[in-house]
Amino acid sequence: MRMTKILAMAALVGLAASAAWAQKTTEEGIAEYRAMLQDGNPAELFEAKGEDLWKKPRGPKNASLEKCDLGKGAGVVKGAFVELPRYFPDTKRVQDLESRLLTCMETLQGFNAAEIANTPFGKGEQANLEGLVAWISSESRGMKFNLPQSRTEEKTMYEVGKRLFFARAGTHDFACASCHGTDNKRIRLQDLPNLTKPSGAASGFGSWPAYRVSSGELWGMQRRLNDCYRQQRFPYPRFGSDATIALAVYMGVTGKGGESVAPAIKR
Amino acid sequence: MGDPMRIRAQVAGANAVVRVLMAHEMESGQRKDSAGKMIPAWHIQDVTATLNGKTVMTAEWGPAVSKNPFLQFTVKGAKAGDKIGISWKDTKGDSRTDEATVS
Amino acid sequence: MRKPMKFLLPAAAFLLAGCASAPAAPDYDQLTVAIMKASFRDQGIARTDRLAQDDTNRACSAADVAGKPLDEATARALEAANLKTVKMPLDGKFLGDWKEGEKIAQDGRGMTWNDKAGALSGGNCYNCHQISKQELSFGTIGPSLYHYGKTRGVTDPDSPAARAVVEYTWRKIWNAKSYNACSDMPRFGHAGILNEQQIRDVMALLLDPKSPVNQ
Repeated sequence: MRMTKILAMAALVGLAASAAWAQKTTEEGIAEYRAMLQDGNPAELFEAKGEDLWKKPRGPKNASLEKCDLGKGAGVVKGAFVELPRYFPDTKRVQDLESRLLTCMETLQGFNAAEIANTPFGKGEQANLEGLVAWISSESRGMKFNLPQSRTEEKTMYEVGKRLFFARAGTHDFACASCHGTDNKRIRLQDLPNLTKPSGAASGFGSWPAYRVSSGELWGMQRRLNDCYRQQRFPYPRFGSDATIALAVYMGVTGKGGESVAPAIKR
Repeated sequence: MGDPMRIRAQVAGANAVVRVLMAHEMESGQRKDSAGKMIPAWHIQDVTATLNGKTVMTAEWGPAVSKNPFLQFTVKGAKAGDKIGISWKDTKGDSRTDEATVS
Repeated sequence: MRKPMKFLLPAAAFLLAGCASAPAAPDYDQLTVAIMKASFRDQGIARTDRLAQDDTNRACSAADVAGKPLDEATARALEAANLKTVKMPLDGKFLGDWKEGEKIAQDGRGMTWNDKAGALSGGNCYNCHQISKQELSFGTIGPSLYHYGKTRGVTDPDSPAARAVVEYTWRKIWNAKSYNACSDMPRFGHAGILNEQQIRDVMALLLDPKSPVNQ
């Protein structure tokens, strides 16, 4: 069998140099680039890590996360992602995936949840959270969003989330709705999902966690909201705070019935 | 030894399509850190693919290949049950080999 | 009598009154303000006082939540109040350098918690607007500004004929809410995002007949 030498192929970046590329419209080119990115999403590397971390005994208590209740019973991972955030009787809180993982990492494994909440994204245990959310969300891929709204607490968080979504503030008067409240808009060349409508909410909410090619990082919803608020010129949203969870409830409930594609791939 | 690769190999007619995701920083050596210092190059240099132990492809990669590289290629004559091996070696001398079975 | 809502530490639970007699519709607006306060902290130059909404932001946010536009009277009153904040250029010079204006329009930096205090901000105009023909990477949140001066018949920005358009454009950039109470556009002068010289340069980008925008 002949050996084939390939020089510097397989790069995801740098394909735009070919002549054929230049003849397409900008939109067609971007769509093709994104389709190519779908195959071989580096998020899979994080999924593999996350599955290991779920099963591995760790922390001061040297225990795994396999007894963690993500809302569908202890240890049930399949389908949990599309029902979060939801109310948890043990903490008496409506919690999203990331704050719930902090709860389990503290109660089951003995980690300090507040310390992890204060750790910068991508560092220390925050890096491990990236793997966990990638894997847990992958276990709900293709399933439909169905956040529970049976408890008063859940309904309240939806109402709060809705108000937060439209709250104009900061130096630039930006609300989430300033960018995500209308159909068919874009910032520069980045299309913006309309998060106030079911299909937009499903695709917007259902595509995080995601691998961001531009920075080579896996971002969970907490990080995505954090960076939104930074660009809105707001002050800093605390990790796992009620405001971030309420927004997730608003988006998830609005996107009811839509399919989750997480972990997705983004520019 | 770096982090594990993800390898998927599927039969497609008389061949097999192999898709590989490698975990690697792939530092080009042209970036600067926040202090203005050049971050040294650290990337995969050699890639080898084997079919049942026999080399079927080699590649030389340079700084243009991006972080967490994705590699896809087609191997002639591969059948279900065959073993695909992927190895890489980087500029620091670190290396990694992972295997997958053609399905 | 409504039971008061209690909140614990920022990241901790909030308790809803579990009384058998259902309270009147909970004050979600009040609860939202409280949650916002507890959920954010200072970071760099972005401090929690930025959460305070002025009349314009409060009214427009409420209208958006209700899904109904502001009533005419409130809208006009807010527009008048915003118009009062506009500071016209002291020396009467409205236009600067369009080349600098283009840089300001391209620059999206400033005023985030990563930015340094006192650093100049960009206008980030291309984020939302098409402006020159050459720049293909433009947003569609705002209308196209291509041929801005040309379409408005501005051949000499210093002439009396152009006065109305020039002054309108200045006021719009300084405080966009002067003309549309619930505009999505930031109030660049009023909020101190751009200084007077920067606004002059953006004005030139839009109105200078030599600007690429008007070619």
